[in-house]
Amino acid sequence: MANKLINQMGLPKSIGNIFTARNIITAKVTNSSLFSFRFQDALSRTEFELMELLDVGKEEVTSAMAHVSEVVCPPCQTALLLLEQRVRNESLAGHLPTRLKGLDEAMCGGIPFGVLTELVGPAGIGKTQFCLKLSLLASLPANCGGLDGRVIYIDVESKFRSKRLIEIGINSFPEIFLKKGMAQEMAGRILILRPTSFSEFAESLHQIKVSLIQQQVKLLIIDSMAALVLGEHDCGTTRQQALGWHVSFIKSLAEFSRIPVVLTNQVRSQIGDESRMYSFQAQSRSILKDDPATYDSHLVAALGIKWAHAVTVRLVLEAKSGQRFIKLAKSPISPPLAFPFEITSSGMVLLDDDGVEMKGPEINTIHCQGLSLSSLAVSSAEYMFTKNN
Amino acid sequence: MEVGMLPISASKRGKLLAAGYTSLDAIARASPTHLARDMDVSDSEASEILNLATKASSALERPNGTHAAVVGGGQTAWDMLNEEKFSSYITTSCVDLDNILGGGIKCKEVTEIGGVPGIGKTQIGIQLAVNVQIPQEYGGLGGKAIYIDTEGSFMVERVLQIAEACIEDMAEYRHRFHKDFQACDVKMHPNNILESIFYFRVCSYTEQIALINYLDKFVTENKDVKIIIVDSVTFHFRQDFDDMALRTRLLCEMALKLMKLAKNFCLAIVMLNQVTTKHIEGSFQLTLALGKR
Repeated sequence: MANKLINQMGLPKSIGNIFTARNIITAKVTNSSLFSFRFQDALSRTEFELMELLDVGKEEVTSAMAHVSEVVCPPCQTALLLLEQRVRNESLAGHLPTRLKGLDEAMCGGIPFGVLTELVGPAGIGKTQFCLKLSLLASLPANCGGLDGRVIYIDVESKFRSKRLIEIGINSFPEIFLKKGMAQEMAGRILILRPTSFSEFAESLHQIKVSLIQQQVKLLIIDSMAALVLGEHDCGTTRQQALGWHVSFIKSLAEFSRIPVVLTNQVRSQIGDESRMYSFQAQSRSILKDDPATYDSHLVAALGIKWAHAVTVRLVLEAKSGQRFIKLAKSPISPPLAFPFEITSSGMVLLDDDGVEMKGPEINTIHCQGLSLSSLAVSSAEYMFTKNN
Repeated sequence: MEVGMLPISASKRGKLLAAGYTSLDAIARASPTHLARDMDVSDSEASEILNLATKASSALERPNGTHAAVVGGGQTAWDMLNEEKFSSYITTSCVDLDNILGGGIKCKEVTEIGGVPGIGKTQIGIQLAVNVQIPQEYGGLGGKAIYIDTEGSFMVERVLQIAEACIEDMAEYRHRFHKDFQACDVKMHPNNILESIFYFRVCSYTEQIALINYLDKFVTENKDVKIIIVDSVTFHFRQDFDDMALRTRLLCEMALKLMKLAKNFCLAIVMLNQVTTKHIEGSFQLTLALGKR
């Protein structure tokens, strides 16, 4: 809407003509493209500038700007209308169930459509496992509780294993995957992209935009966003800028096609005295530092605070004295809950569906205790064992 | 006062000056036909200019006549105090926070709420959109809400939950204070609450500016709007904006328009803001985004 040209918006004819006429003149002056005088330009200028530029009186400018504003401004909806639309038009009321009972209940039914959901956690905690499971769930037929659609899986770190995907499928939904030909059909719905650079990723994003609606894509996964961004831009500001643009693009993708978008994020260790609080809270910070329980919490999400503002739901995966937890760190609909989980042959399994409510800043900390490589080896040995049985 | 102050187009101003009309008095004394001939414009255009000129010169003389204020448009501190006594508040549903704020979020004022991601900014926003609708007999305002969503984090399911809880609270309140009023249960339905929240999804900063301009008209048509929530002001202005001076100007202009809106229609404006890291004196600290304008 905002890029529409002035002459397409039904201004009163006299003033519209003036806009259009000046249009060409401004283009000449600024040496930019011929039709550069768009809404954006009109709305970013002051009334006085426009008076000078269009050579008309203040009243005309004011009324023209009021008209332009009314046309450009987005439509108004009541919250009731939104709710009714959502219930009417969307399968499962706009949520992709994770089939983890506790998590689904807390999140009003699962991963919400139309917004970004982020998974943060240390390496080997189970982020990719969770993504694999989600992509299966989205591809399942509707009568089995799935979304019956295609999945686009952007695999930056080449961690996607189709063998593991099929295994999760067979163990979680044996009735579907053991049927002849079904495994092929389900796996055939998941499209894996492996961009090698940020620019390649950006290009494929534009292709995805077109195919999302045509191809019945019901889920977009980016594993991992951090690897993509951190790999290319080393300097702070350019990274922030590139990230900022892509975040808003992905957000709008999610919103207009009304599909869930899941992204993963890595962790990094906190640099020195980087504080997580306001300066006036310095006192409480020092108390926090003395608390031995928080000594190990020097991990923070790799993509910074601007990114964290942009995602709507953030799930933190962490390990504390050998036990893995999944925490609802940011969500507009659920309380701060933590669920213990383990990774089995059928993917992630919650050990407790009730969850523990977290108090204070604890919900945002990322622990990595007892998740050493040896424990990884144990878990994969366990998993080999169950596989062989 | 000079001709340059008249709100007319540059070419007309040029013609006026070329014809020798430099002061407003000179224009006011001329007749429309004279003016039209001297300036070489049509009669109707000339009379329009004449109108503007007389209006401007009379505006200059008026202040002597008014009795209360020395300068037009002002207000004494005493009047302000009296007015504040009657100003209305929107409860945040949190007694301690209400006490700190002196009763809640105040109408006619712009309130900013900032915080780290996931701390609950959107929650407060939704809560206020529901609380503004508490009817007057329960100590509320009984107004409507406008919710401007720039980030897409508005969740209808959550609004429904909060609305249901709010109605429960009201029923309890009723129970406690009007025991004899058993028959009259709370008549509100969650759907009524949802119906009175006007939701705008803004996808670019241009749309944001346009919407703020349009709000004036929208609120005139929907007089019972008592709160406008902007969640968040910052988002689009933080995404690839090269010209920082332009950004600052646009933000200031927007802030002024919102303040004017708050004053004219006696409504509360709540702006949610993000935080960013800043490098201050050798260490990174969190500050509100767009803080230093």
